[in-house]
Amino acid sequence: MDTEFIVKYIPLYVEATKLTLGIGLVGIVLSVVAGLLIVWIQYFRLPVFKQLAAVYIELSRNTPLLVQLFFLYFGLPKAGIRISSQGCAMIGLCFLGGSYMAEAFRSGIESVERGQEESALALGLKKSQVVRYIILPQAISVSVPALCANMIFLLKETSVFSVVALADLMYVAKDLIGLYYKTDEALLMLVIAYLMILLPISVLAAALERRLRYAGFGN
Amino acid sequence: MQDLGIRVLFLGNNLQRLLGGLWITLRISLIAVACSIVLGILLGMLMTVRNPVIKALTKLYLEFIRIMPQLVLLFLVFFGLTRSFGINLSGETSAVIVFTLWGTAEMGDLVRGALISIPKHQYESGAAIGLTRWQVYHYIMIPQILTRLVPPAINLTTRMIKTTSLVSLIGVVEVLKVAQQMIEANRYTVPDSALWIYGTIFFLYFLVCWPISLAAKKLEKRAW
Repeated sequence: MDTEFIVKYIPLYVEATKLTLGIGLVGIVLSVVAGLLIVWIQYFRLPVFKQLAAVYIELSRNTPLLVQLFFLYFGLPKAGIRISSQGCAMIGLCFLGGSYMAEAFRSGIESVERGQEESALALGLKKSQVVRYIILPQAISVSVPALCANMIFLLKETSVFSVVALADLMYVAKDLIGLYYKTDEALLMLVIAYLMILLPISVLAAALERRLRYAGFGN
Repeated sequence: MQDLGIRVLFLGNNLQRLLGGLWITLRISLIAVACSIVLGILLGMLMTVRNPVIKALTKLYLEFIRIMPQLVLLFLVFFGLTRSFGINLSGETSAVIVFTLWGTAEMGDLVRGALISIPKHQYESGAAIGLTRWQVYHYIMIPQILTRLVPPAINLTTRMIKTTSLVSLIGVVEVLKVAQQMIEANRYTVPDSALWIYGTIFFLYFLVCWPISLAAKKLEKRAW
């Protein structure tokens, strides 16, 4: 182990971590929005959009992010659509994550009994009010564990961003291995960087899940 | 000239080469899935043991494997092992090792979940009506565990197939690598081939994974 080497190249890893986190967070927020949109389409059973959403979910869940990125970054420019590296990464993450987030929200909504919805409608609440006051508060707490798992999953998936020429953690590690042949050091720092990003989130998610389990005890 | 890009797919034996690449991807994932199911069942059983040391070790293994992106694990095995221990593994072997390690962790957690989801009183009731330990497993536990385990295990298979696309990054010539080679080889004659070839691969993956996901969904809904 060459500690001097490690200390010297820590800034590179810090930069790469910032990039991974930045794009990852934007991608996660976009996928949550996309997921909510899809769930909304499915819940109100909007014609045409409903079918489109179903096709999108199947396409997104059954193809790897790497292939999606290759298509976005290398394929689309040939059709005249040019997207920057960052753009590709965010769109790819959102395309992948949207369907996972939608599934998480859907499972939450399905966990709310149909009877509650009907009672609320019978009381004279509008459908939008039913969603706002009855379904969402219960559904969200049920979907939180799945949402957290998706978040970790999406952050892990960011590791393929180096293929669209983004200097993320994998890229830096590969670079250092190639340039200086310091495989052990580069890989060690890579592992530590990912642990530092994902371990806190994973611990937090587990704590949150434990906390939320109390909510279900009344049932 | 976009309509010409698709021509590349039918030049020479390009289509066979792509499918051959896909087969390599599938072979890696199928071997890894088979190994993970066997090892995962063992790990899952091990995780229900009430021994603090075993519990801590399995938890550490599970958390580490789950937190690390699969690509990092691939790098660790492919580059790290070679450098630190002088073990020279081919890309494909390291891929199988990594995906087995990962699959075992995921499968182990599924098995553990299925095992603890069966209430303890069922063991006791089974014993109380005079069944032997083996009969309790055979008639009561295993059928219930299997129904809970099969859909997520099938889902794990699709995840595995999707994740094997990463092995192109450690130099295994699978479907994505073949595609790159084809695009490079025809860069001058058919400059627009990338759109079509990557599009084709997108759908190839979809065609492989979709039926498997549908099967998992169907099994999940089926009343056993």
